[in-house]
Amino acid sequence: MRTLAWAGRRAVGLRGEAADLLRQAQTERRWSNVTLGVGIAIVGALAVAGFFASVIAPADPNAVDLTQRLLSPSGKHWMGTDPFGRDIFTRTLYAIRLDLIVVLIITYVPMVFGMIVGALAGYFRGWVDAVTIRVIDAFIAFPFIVLVIAVVAILGPGLQGVYIGVLAVGWTLYARLTRGDMLVLREQQFILAARTLGYSPRRVILRHAIPNLIRSNLVFSMADIVLNLLLLAGLSYLGLGVQAPTAELGAMVADGQSFLLQAWWVTTLPGVVIVVLGAGFSMIGDSLADRLGQKFGVVG
Amino acid sequence: MWGFLGRRVLHSIWVLAAIIIVSFLVIRLIPGDPVVQMLGLQATPENIAAVNEDLGLDLPMGQQITSFVQRAFQGDLGTSIIKRAPVNDIVFDRLLPSVYLLLYATVLALIISVPLGALSAIYRNRVPDQIVRLTSMVSFAMPQFWLGLMLILLFAIQLDVLPSGGYGEGFGGILLHLTLPALTIGLYLAPQLMRTLRSSLIEAIDSDYVEAARSRGYRESRVVGKLAMRNALVPLISVLSINIGFLISGTVIVEVVFQVPGLGALLVQSVLNRDYPVIQGLILVFGAMVILVNILADAAYAVVDPRVRAGMAAE
Repeated sequence: MRTLAWAGRRAVGLRGEAADLLRQAQTERRWSNVTLGVGIAIVGALAVAGFFASVIAPADPNAVDLTQRLLSPSGKHWMGTDPFGRDIFTRTLYAIRLDLIVVLIITYVPMVFGMIVGALAGYFRGWVDAVTIRVIDAFIAFPFIVLVIAVVAILGPGLQGVYIGVLAVGWTLYARLTRGDMLVLREQQFILAARTLGYSPRRVILRHAIPNLIRSNLVFSMADIVLNLLLLAGLSYLGLGVQAPTAELGAMVADGQSFLLQAWWVTTLPGVVIVVLGAGFSMIGDSLADRLGQKFGVVG
Repeated sequence: MWGFLGRRVLHSIWVLAAIIIVSFLVIRLIPGDPVVQMLGLQATPENIAAVNEDLGLDLPMGQQITSFVQRAFQGDLGTSIIKRAPVNDIVFDRLLPSVYLLLYATVLALIISVPLGALSAIYRNRVPDQIVRLTSMVSFAMPQFWLGLMLILLFAIQLDVLPSGGYGEGFGGILLHLTLPALTIGLYLAPQLMRTLRSSLIEAIDSDYVEAARSRGYRESRVVGKLAMRNALVPLISVLSINIGFLISGTVIVEVVFQVPGLGALLVQSVLNRDYPVIQGLILVFGAMVILVNILADAAYAVVDPRVRAGMAAE
């Protein structure tokens, strides 16, 4: 009798646990849907605003008017004006366009390169793999920004240095990710089948392996986009990236920092745009990572 | 344990080699004649010859490499073009502010992330968790230079309670002056620690030994606070060590914002001044810091987690 009662309670308990798990899964799914939607909405809206900058913008981004210096936000200047009397809203729109284009280039060119290197290392193993992984480890251990600044130091401040610097370093994380996946993938039946059929390594990697490797790279690229946005803005803030007078969000923050006391908006508002844009990308990334059962983020 | 650490040190040799190569190349890849580029208007034949000799650029390539490595290990990093002082002394003067800043930032990040991470794990998928996760997504996207300026605006200008930058005298002064910069870096690190803590704590809470403690009737606060938390904190060590590169990257920007006389500010200033011997030296020092932190983290791991020690003995 007692055993039966115990068994009954146990069964009820299990059902309770299962229901609990189900509820948990549902909440997680709902949360993931919300963040994905909000993220896409934010990034989409800002991208559209940026790409139609020349249509939407009320002024010329580089028109200096010293009589209109440091005006606070108003109906005429939605985000106020900067120390040169330029309309910050206009400059922000152009800056979003520039930042998005540069960030997409410095994220996806290294991604493609890194995927190829990682796939080759994981596929062939042996000394190719050993050398690649050593190079990758050395790069990853090192402070990213210091390496990029080293390249900027060689080439001189400007976008050229940023492009080459990030391309030289950025592929390593993708290569490590892809290599790890490839080591697992190469032992799977369909890859073995493709090899048994006598397909060339080129064909096996490009047609059979890469389509399976691309998902985790895309999830990771969302975190990388945020990092690259911060890197580009940071270098420009330091005077090492995009050069004046071109509008770039980080450089615009720097424009206002000597006037923090009189004109908070010059520094604050472009920074808010960076945060919103970056948060949009990380929401998309977080949600995609949840769906694919991966971790979102750069490390850990 | 010492054998384990020895192997880790050997592993770091690859990183060290890469750092030396990058540092070696910084001057030699400059387009045109590097020395003329460095000296700018001061490029007289005597100055050019002096710099060439100081940096060993007049030697054949093979000898340049060996003499560079030799001098790097002896701690002889050449002479600054701008400051006309040994790079050694310049870099050494800037080392402590950066180290203090990194330590302070780590402490602040732990103070922020441990309670919030615990909250997030205990109230998994409920309102507190979602608020914490959303905040961490936003702060992940926050540029440090901007966050730093916002903190200056709030705490130094509006509230006028903390200095807006610089570097104080004595322990109290340094602590006070480094509070805002450390908070800026700490707020960047905290979300990453929080994520790790959340998932490791969730794993611990669901595990059998915690369930067993619960069924013995221990209070929930004790079960989570003492038993689960102790195991959940261990992965933070490796997150910290993996993140050391990102932390150093953070100090580069934050030191400029707050005018902290550290290595990062020196790096930016040297790039803008084209003071290549200093840049070369800084790359070596940053690299050495990363290697040292990674080795320390491995040691800490072995001390904290008996399984790691057991694994070492088995090897």
